[in-house]
Amino acid sequence: MRRLAPLIAGVALILGTLDCARAEDESADHSASLAAFARMASVMMSPRCQNCHTVTAFPRQGDDRHRHQMNVMRGADGHGAPGMRCATCHGTSNNRDSGVPGSDDWHLAPLSMGWEGLSRRELCFHLKDAKRNGGRSGAGVIDHLKTHLVAWAWEPGIAVGGVARTVPPLGYAAFLQAAQTWVAGGQPCPDPHS
Amino acid sequence: MISFTVNNRAVQVDADPETPLLWVLRDDLGLTGTKYGCGIAACGACTVHVGGQPVRSCSLPVAAAQGKAITTIEGLAADRSHPVQQAWIEHQVPQCGYCQSGMIMAAAALLKVKPAPTDADIDAAITNICRCGTYARIRKAIHAAARRA
Repeated sequence: MRRLAPLIAGVALILGTLDCARAEDESADHSASLAAFARMASVMMSPRCQNCHTVTAFPRQGDDRHRHQMNVMRGADGHGAPGMRCATCHGTSNNRDSGVPGSDDWHLAPLSMGWEGLSRRELCFHLKDAKRNGGRSGAGVIDHLKTHLVAWAWEPGIAVGGVARTVPPLGYAAFLQAAQTWVAGGQPCPDPHS
Repeated sequence: MISFTVNNRAVQVDADPETPLLWVLRDDLGLTGTKYGCGIAACGACTVHVGGQPVRSCSLPVAAAQGKAITTIEGLAADRSHPVQQAWIEHQVPQCGYCQSGMIMAAAALLKVKPAPTDADIDAAITNICRCGTYARIRKAIHAAARRA
């Protein structure tokens, strides 16, 4: 037994080193996922996303996020009021003549998915809460980010007056990559003091 | 060629697909009851029905009308018997009249989905602009049309 002691100590040292390496890897993955979420959040907190992810009975417009003009209302299903649906004015693509933006199935996110006023940490928990995110898994969230309506934010067209609408602060491909990194990393959320 | 029906009549138009439906209706088909107001889908003067739904025709490319059934003010009821038209006459709603075809089309669309609308329903659905300010008479007439229907 005494002869085996150095061997046992050696194996323990190797295993310990491996544990440390694994912990360092996990820590690096965690940090990468958190950094990826920070990049995602910069997009989701931009007017192009928040104007339709409201907590109000109406959508918003513009980079100043003013209330949608003409008393446009959310309606029971997020597609507008009876007799004044989103599709009354919004087509399936941006309209170059009127400046009215458009995409497939133009509508508001449900109230449960309202993001206005949330901190990055709150937004993170909101995004992975199936009770508030439409029952989506991480993969389901990514699927949503690939819809035509979400992708519209990067091709928002020209507004009235000939002014191009601003796009989110991160490119679409980089945004999707960040979302995939965050989901693959277990969807970690920033701590309260970050 | 782009094909659709207008007021139950089959039509084919040779137009740039991006042309707003409004101008095809007015300039190519001679249906001038539908008016140009703001051109940005805000005022509602150009409202027509596409597949029964109200649509701002100034902001709808004619290509999007392919295969659809369009109804304009001329086709709502040729004999003016539609409850909204009757209520409009009863309450003498129009002043200058320019916005009224869009108002009537918007009101008719609302009553199809809300046969007895509240004031709040009317506020949410009739976002059209009337420079003469006939809003009070419009509201009365929509309630009257609801009772007639």
